[in-house]
Amino acid sequence: MEIRVEGLCKSYGGKAVLTNLTAVFRPGITCVAAPSGTGKTTLLRLLLGLERPDRGSIRGADCRWAAVFQEDRLLEDLPAAGNLRFALGEVPGEAEALLARLGLDLSDPKPVRVWSGGMKRRLALARALLAPSEALALDEPFTGLDGENRARCLELIRESGKGKPVLLATHDLTGLEDAPVVHLGGG
Amino acid sequence: MALAAAHPGGGLLLASPVQAALRLLELLPSAAFWRAVGNSSLRIFGGFLLSCALAALLAALAAGRPWFRDLLAPPVAVVKAVPVASFIILALVWLDSRSLSLFISGLMVFPPVYLNVLEGLRRTDGKLLELARVYRIPLGRRIWGIYVPQVLPYFRSAASLALGLCWKAGAAAEVIGLPAGTIGERLYTAKVYLQTPDLFAWTAVILMLSAGFERLFLGVVDLLAGKAGR
Repeated sequence: MEIRVEGLCKSYGGKAVLTNLTAVFRPGITCVAAPSGTGKTTLLRLLLGLERPDRGSIRGADCRWAAVFQEDRLLEDLPAAGNLRFALGEVPGEAEALLARLGLDLSDPKPVRVWSGGMKRRLALARALLAPSEALALDEPFTGLDGENRARCLELIRESGKGKPVLLATHDLTGLEDAPVVHLGGG
Repeated sequence: MALAAAHPGGGLLLASPVQAALRLLELLPSAAFWRAVGNSSLRIFGGFLLSCALAALLAALAAGRPWFRDLLAPPVAVVKAVPVASFIILALVWLDSRSLSLFISGLMVFPPVYLNVLEGLRRTDGKLLELARVYRIPLGRRIWGIYVPQVLPYFRSAASLALGLCWKAGAAAEVIGLPAGTIGERLYTAKVYLQTPDLFAWTAVILMLSAGFERLFLGVVDLLAGKAGR
């Protein structure tokens, strides 16, 4: 499957954020690169159906998505397992191994409120990777991660991205040199 | 007050705490006492529970519908502002005296619970709702995981306030409506016959019931809050 956007425009309060964007997102990772505040999050929100474009068309995006948002969006009073259960209905069998690869412990009973920012970010990514989906939207998934954890996360994203479009919004393309890049910013 | 109670013959107008306590001990073994406690509790706490359910339902409907919120705003403001005695007298025209305390206690409970639940719902984290939409989380799990933890603290503070209000208003309704075999009827009889030890004993019973039901109900709410989203 592929997702195609054509002539996409979006503005907020008269300020154009996306201007006439045309792009195709095929299975595998596609980086959406741009400086802060130049439309990465807006593009992902349009594709996720959380916003409507002012003009232009989006095709192929009415599928089942999983996402890492700009914020972690976790239920802070619940532990890791509770967060997965809330989002996915149950804790998938592969969750323990995947969380372990991300340096997290599924059986940790502590609420994620007491976790570090990096741990929460990795849990938000794990939730997206474990969710049944046909496409992934990852908005700055490496925020707050050190080099080692970033590399682990990227490896898992690559594995999950096989066979489905993965839109990875980032301002840092380290390790992603082989992925196609959609540049935003300045229209 | 203590001096008045200590004065010879003062117990007629103002019973001492000891007299009131002794009278309460006398009342405790009688079936009529427990019947009055049961009848009043059933109606007043029943009114509280029914009103809580209705207020929560209407707040849920109003949270996403501004026109409905605007529609409910004037009647809620009226119930908040009009003295409870006016409602009791008006309700006596329409209702029999047995239903009066249920209706009046429910009426007093409605505004604080409705307004607090509405406020809690309006402050629900929109970002978590977006997450639920993207991950196609079913409504039941959204309610239990997002709305309930958000609304419960608001509901808890409203319920605490409302429980006190409903016992005060419910007892007042019984004193005016005089349904047979209720605490209100006993209070009225005590007043007519200047039985101040009875008056104080029954007042103490109302205080204990109010505090007891508050502890019980808030305990259940806290239990629910601990389990919400899990």
